[in-house]
Amino acid sequence: MIIKQLSVFLEDKVGRLTKMTKILAEHDINVSAFSIADAADYGIARFIVDKPEAALKVLKDNNFSVNITDVTGVIVPHKPGGLHKVLQILSDNCIAIDYMYAFALENGEASAIIRSKSNDAVIKVLQENKLTLLEANDIYKI
Amino acid sequence: MIWNECIETADREKLREIQNERLSQMIERIYFNVPFYRKKLQEKGIEPGDIKSIDQLKDLPFTTKADLRDNYPFGLFTVPQNEIVRLHASSGTTGKPTVVGYTRKDLQTWSEVVARALTMAGIGKTDIMQIAYGYGLFTGGLGMHYGAEKVGASVIPISGGNTKKQIQLMRDFGSTAIACTPSYAAHLGETIHSEGIDLKEIRLKAGIFGAEPWTNELRKQIEKLLHIKAFDIYGLSEVIGPGVAMECECQNGMHIFEDHFIPEIINPETEEVLPYGEVGELVFTTVTKEAMPLLRYRTRDLTRLHVEKCACGRTLVRMEKCLGRSDDMLIIRGVNVFPSQIESVLLEMSETTPHYQLIVDRENNLDTLTINVEIDAQFWSDEIKQLEDLKKRIHHNITSLIGINAKINLVEPHSITRFEGKAQRVIDKRK
Repeated sequence: MIIKQLSVFLEDKVGRLTKMTKILAEHDINVSAFSIADAADYGIARFIVDKPEAALKVLKDNNFSVNITDVTGVIVPHKPGGLHKVLQILSDNCIAIDYMYAFALENGEASAIIRSKSNDAVIKVLQENKLTLLEANDIYKI
Repeated sequence: MIWNECIETADREKLREIQNERLSQMIERIYFNVPFYRKKLQEKGIEPGDIKSIDQLKDLPFTTKADLRDNYPFGLFTVPQNEIVRLHASSGTTGKPTVVGYTRKDLQTWSEVVARALTMAGIGKTDIMQIAYGYGLFTGGLGMHYGAEKVGASVIPISGGNTKKQIQLMRDFGSTAIACTPSYAAHLGETIHSEGIDLKEIRLKAGIFGAEPWTNELRKQIEKLLHIKAFDIYGLSEVIGPGVAMECECQNGMHIFEDHFIPEIINPETEEVLPYGEVGELVFTTVTKEAMPLLRYRTRDLTRLHVEKCACGRTLVRMEKCLGRSDDMLIIRGVNVFPSQIESVLLEMSETTPHYQLIVDRENNLDTLTINVEIDAQFWSDEIKQLEDLKKRIHHNITSLIGINAKINLVEPHSITRFEGKAQRVIDKRK
């Protein structure tokens, strides 16, 4: 249930993101989902890729400051109130979200990546509420 | 171990006699051979023979870096060219380089002082020493080289740069000692770690680092990275090169080789001589130098001297690590700032690497200070919050130390240009 996400520190300079995607491309690493958080003079790019460990290594070898973070992926019903339902469950259980981002699945469903300090609790309450969680292997293949 | 016990542990009174005699001979040499000095001494009404004691140093004129430039290249030489066997020159960051000449005896003196320095670090015949200072016009490489040969070490004259080769020879030859700049030592250590090399393959035990200001925090970092004891050496090419002063195993300041280089501490503004223990500008009189003796040469280095006998048994005066060169000192909005202060703040924080760069600029007639700090991948997870917090703490620690509101930029590891010699810590765009 736990998905390995790459978090890459990027300076606010033209071409840094491109340099990173070039390295991933050259090493045949496929990106399933990503999001970028930006602060004043730097950003953090968060990536879900098919080979997280390999990606970590090649980025480190190329002097990127990169870490792996555990996140959870949940399938969000693709209809009004779908996202609300997921968030309501989490807040009812007092689970704080650090950040999240969404992407579409091939079958037309929507999916959200959630990062919380209490990943295990996220998994537990979402499962109890009959929501479908993404399996690591599934998402790496997207 | 002490290389020259007779001098290094001499009774202070005996040392003083040696200094008095050498000073008096030096004054005679420069008076009769260098028009520049003769004129300066005459202006003060001093004739050779008047100077009999180092107590009279305070009445003698100073020599400055500007004097060296004005007399470029050979104007301050005391001997004819046919007695000069070596020339070195410092990188002239502003205009002409500073030239120094050596007679054969000067080179012997230099090897002697470096031999004393290496012995302090426990380096001798049984050692394999890698000299990773630049060889060439810079005094670091050749200066260490001949001293290392004198103590009988097996010298690897690899010079600076070529990190891969440095590490390869370190492993293959089993180098036990290294000499280079502290920033390069940190770079070597980081590379060894990032390449995943087992430290057991590295047999280094001692490192001698100098030629740029560094802090005790960086020392700890280098010692941890390379599993060595890191020693501080002091020198400047005008005086002789590396080997003017060196730390013994007690690491309680650097012993100045006073039989050759007589130190004084002065107030840089009033030029008055300060007593032991007070901070001021370090001034040297090189009493044994033949080719280019310097009278009361103002080093621009700020430090203080301690005269109490050291636990190692040496009686030579100890100088503290320099607070900074007044040349390195930045004046930002009227406040004196030394890059070493910033470095010590960063090194106290585990999340940052010892690599940083200060950028001073002027916006709307106001000086601005931007500090680029490389972050260490091990110490951040993936939250902006955490990085913002780190930025705030760096900002707070620096502001409370130097009293200037600096802008902190977190930058990627290895993004600040490494010079394989000296690190370029400061970019002053106001000039």
